[in-house]
Amino acid sequence: MAVRKLYGALDSPSTMRALASLFEHDVEFELIPVDFQAGELKKMPSLSPFGELPVFQEGDLTLFESRTIMRYISHEYGKRGEEQVYEIPKLQGIAAAWIDVEDHQFDPPASKLIWELVFKPQKGLPTDEGVVEEEEAKLVKVLDVYEERLSNSVFLGGDKFTSADLTHIPSLYLLMKTPVKRLFEERPRVRAWYRGVMSRPGWEKMVEMVEKVRA
Amino acid sequence: MAVLKVHGSPFSTATMRVVSALYEKGLQFEFVSIDMKVGQHKSEAFLALNPFGQVPAFEDGDLKLFESRAITQYIAHEYASNGTQLICPDSKKMAIMSVWMEVEAHQYDPHAAKLCFELCIKPMLGLTTDPAAVEDLEAKLGKVLDVYEARLTQSKYLGGDCLGLADLHHLPTLHYLLGSSAKKLFDSRPHVSAWVADITARPAWAKVIAMQKS
Repeated sequence: MAVRKLYGALDSPSTMRALASLFEHDVEFELIPVDFQAGELKKMPSLSPFGELPVFQEGDLTLFESRTIMRYISHEYGKRGEEQVYEIPKLQGIAAAWIDVEDHQFDPPASKLIWELVFKPQKGLPTDEGVVEEEEAKLVKVLDVYEERLSNSVFLGGDKFTSADLTHIPSLYLLMKTPVKRLFEERPRVRAWYRGVMSRPGWEKMVEMVEKVRA
Repeated sequence: MAVLKVHGSPFSTATMRVVSALYEKGLQFEFVSIDMKVGQHKSEAFLALNPFGQVPAFEDGDLKLFESRAITQYIAHEYASNGTQLICPDSKKMAIMSVWMEVEAHQYDPHAAKLCFELCIKPMLGLTTDPAAVEDLEAKLGKVLDVYEARLTQSKYLGGDCLGLADLHHLPTLHYLLGSSAKKLFDSRPHVSAWVADITARPAWAKVIAMQKS
């Protein structure tokens, strides 16, 4: 069996996404921490031509872009009876649309809020409340669509947990530590959904790995 | 076979992305024009197709989809045996193509779309192009194209040895940028230039452009 390695940084949401997917599918791998700030990644240009983490290696296959890693793992390592993809193209098409919704609609405001409310304080920089207000207003519009979606679908991507839900794990993990949590709590179906995501094995093991390094 | 419908604008890059996949596959479809100038993409009828109010939206019988790259992937999988093969049956080769599909969306498109806006759309709207923004965006897009140049010395197409969605997804913004001063970014990189010439010469792509004239 080919050795699997994940080059990543444990404070990076993209690395968290790959970790959650690997843990959800019980895939054995070795985490190779890369000190992004110290410029360690620049020493490995062949791994990541855009200089970004994470990078996943399995034998002679090298993948970058966390959502690609997530998709590959979910298609390649589905557990029998618990697959997180659909074989039928029409159903998988819907799940794929909601993976892209996280990427194009949810992530822009979510990542700006994470920057203002989580990363800036960690770096001793002041939060811009004007930006927070603006981005919360955008996130609210997205969550209203999620609330409606979840009224006719058990999970975002369909009737079972898929990458469409998992892909939100890093942002949920970071935002739940901020006042933005209230926006999720205020919407009953979104609240039930995100709490369900937080009870997944992928979530728990990712959090354990990320928080162990801080302790 | 159920009726395929695309709701969008022939000038919208995301709409063009979906239409290009349909033409490559040789599939019949109905095009429903959405007039964004009058806000038709925010109408209740359209929001029922795409709750985020953006073109395109797509229908295949009772399936409703949105997000252009999810739609093209659906078309490529559901109609795998029609027309041009746009995906790889081998999972590892497909993973590599998937990397470059994400690269298009995350590295290339943000700069390409803003550059399109400055150089192509602003003039159409009677607004002034910002030369400082153009310089900044061209530098950023140039760095991305340097990576593409290196990639294309080792691979005939971005996603692998065969043309696929990773290449196709670039066509709409590429089309606009080639008609602007940004064309030099592509011409000055030999492998990128050859790749651009190859994919823009495809007959299916000519059909997409023809829709803008009718």
